[in-house]
Amino acid sequence: MNRVVKAIDRFGRAKFIIAAFLFILLMIAPIYGVSRVSTINDVVLRFAMNGVLVLSMVPMIQSGCGLNFGIPLGLISGLLAEAIIMEYNWTGAAGFIAAMALGALIGAILGIFYGYLLNRIKGDEMVIATYVGYAIIYFMNMMWLGLPFKNPASVQGYAGEGLRVTISLDKYWSHVFDRWPSFQGEGLVLNIPEVVNGQQTVQNLRIPVGTILLFLLFCLLIWLFFRSKTGTAMTAVGSNADYARAAGININRMRQLSVVMSTSLAAVGMVIYGQSYGFAQYYTAPQFFMFPTVAAILLGGAVLTKATISNVLWGAFLFQAVLTMTPSIINSAIELDISEVIRMVVTNGLIVIALTRKVRKNG
Amino acid sequence: MVKKFDAKSFLRSMLVPILFLIVISFAIPLSGFTSSHLIKEVMTRLARDSFLAVALIIPILAGMGINFAISLGAMSAQIGVIMSQNWLIGEKIGGIGGLLVAALIALPIAIGLGYFAGSVMNKARGREMITSMILAFLVTGFYQFFVLFICGKVIPITNKEILLSRGYGIRNTIRLETAGAFDDLLMVKVKVPGLMRPIEFPFFTYILIALACIFVIWFKRTKLGQDFRSVGQSQRVANSAGLHVDQIRVQSVMISTVLAMFGQLIFLQSIGTMNVYSGTDQTSLFAAAAILVGGASVAKATIPNIFIGVALFHTMFIVMPNAGKALTGNPAIGEYFRSFISYGVVTLALVMHAWSRAKARDDERKRLRRDKTDAAEAAKKASAENTP
Repeated sequence: MNRVVKAIDRFGRAKFIIAAFLFILLMIAPIYGVSRVSTINDVVLRFAMNGVLVLSMVPMIQSGCGLNFGIPLGLISGLLAEAIIMEYNWTGAAGFIAAMALGALIGAILGIFYGYLLNRIKGDEMVIATYVGYAIIYFMNMMWLGLPFKNPASVQGYAGEGLRVTISLDKYWSHVFDRWPSFQGEGLVLNIPEVVNGQQTVQNLRIPVGTILLFLLFCLLIWLFFRSKTGTAMTAVGSNADYARAAGININRMRQLSVVMSTSLAAVGMVIYGQSYGFAQYYTAPQFFMFPTVAAILLGGAVLTKATISNVLWGAFLFQAVLTMTPSIINSAIELDISEVIRMVVTNGLIVIALTRKVRKNG
Repeated sequence: MVKKFDAKSFLRSMLVPILFLIVISFAIPLSGFTSSHLIKEVMTRLARDSFLAVALIIPILAGMGINFAISLGAMSAQIGVIMSQNWLIGEKIGGIGGLLVAALIALPIAIGLGYFAGSVMNKARGREMITSMILAFLVTGFYQFFVLFICGKVIPITNKEILLSRGYGIRNTIRLETAGAFDDLLMVKVKVPGLMRPIEFPFFTYILIALACIFVIWFKRTKLGQDFRSVGQSQRVANSAGLHVDQIRVQSVMISTVLAMFGQLIFLQSIGTMNVYSGTDQTSLFAAAAILVGGASVAKATIPNIFIGVALFHTMFIVMPNAGKALTGNPAIGEYFRSFISYGVVTLALVMHAWSRAKARDDERKRLRRDKTDAAEAAKKASAENTP
């Protein structure tokens, strides 16, 4: 018994409770006429879609800059890159990779300024990041309307200027990596027989192999980075700034580098999200990524000053599972549409819990 | 002790209001509004929004920064309004009576939520502002659950006008029975030479706001207010002086939440309709932006900051869509610009405060280092002189 409790503690209690809750939900799903296969299908798809966004939290948490509520800075870099590449009509995998690269570049440039700002306001990063995030979203709203994009696929039809709210990526790179390894057709689809509502059906389980591999590749790169000399120095800054200073580490440079990395990764994550979703969403859409992304890594077991790749993987998976499974199963079970309430309470509850946990004081 | 007038620090503290004045002075002519219309609008907004901004002062005094959780008070006010409209259906007790009943229902909720918010913020020392902000989002979730399901499923709603047609849950927007109850009580018309129409302003609401300001000024001078101030200056010193630091911080948030509750009632009766689900989303942003535009900082806010700020901020709010349209031909740009300015102003004020605090910390460290080297040199000199 004791050993079981210890094992749960090592895994993380909150994580365990949520995982058990989700497992029970999945078990009872057929009672309410919800297909298990299509539920799993949704969870896997969203895991691959959001993975890199969650990963983008890691560098800033590790360097002691806290939870990156300023993620919209990276998101708008990704969106801007997508619009520019579409303007030049690059399509397919080439366009997708070009959009990621350009997004990372724009993100890095913005990250330099953002990191400079965060270095001057140590201790108040999170609240200022939130407002920087909101401010940049509304600033870019003006830009989306005003920048001289001409591509008829991406500008508003009646006026001929100003980007659309949602741009379909169908003709560009929607699902290109999802469909890997074949790059065409439907990609890897498993047909699984299942009884739903008393009827024998065949459900599709689509696995976005390429996108998952891409996500794992980025995870591996970040994992390797934190084993390098620079990565270790960055972790040291986040764990104990005074020791880091005594060891001759340039704290501000490490923090700035972490901000650049986080913002670039967020830009790449946004492009990947668009690829999986099939649409690029402009205007106020980035707002809806701020808190859920932060909540995801916290659910994975990260704290304000420490985050690992395993936190990212678990967090992206469990959080998306909560968001997908609770509406479909709980709504059919209690016949109330409380998905929005659950989303708000889970997301913000996780962040409040993380903020009120005691953190070792540093620097 | 006479304070020396420091032009540089005065300019720095007034940087945001001055920037704002410049933006507005360009935008007003562009918007094409007549001055009588503009003055009337600003007078209405001053009555509508000042009380909510007053609610921010006491937590700032106690060193908690800006209490973004004043939305909790606003939510209690909205629950009070819903319940009073539900229970008072058919009763003839008039607008003021209806608002008082709403306040009575909302008061215990606001006190409870204020206590909760204060306790949570105490657990997040040094991160109070971001915590209060996320806490407001969290409680919004519970509030929506309450108005969407509890109202009608658990609490019987007899007033069909506020009930969704499906039988439970409150409608998206409801019309207030108590609309304009405070405002219309004593509408004063002032004839200003040079303007076509006389300017109307809701005098009774101004009296209420003045009472709130007098309360805050009086409160600062009481023993308790002094305790709040000393906690705000240094928790460590206040603690060793025997003050219950945690308790005082919770109390400051409770007072703020209750004031915000009254503020939201005034706001709602002035508008006349209530946005049940999204009505409290922007409460803290607009109140915070207003006092920061008025020259307040995260550590210091006074009554003049409120009135300067609300007037400037809401003038910007009124003229910007039209100014944006005149400038770019697209009214949406003006609206985005005003949202950008709202968030941008809060960002700028927070950055300036955090920046100066970080600089003070750095200077402190440098001084310590210099003092140490000075002392070492002096000791060296002294020992050199002593040895023949």
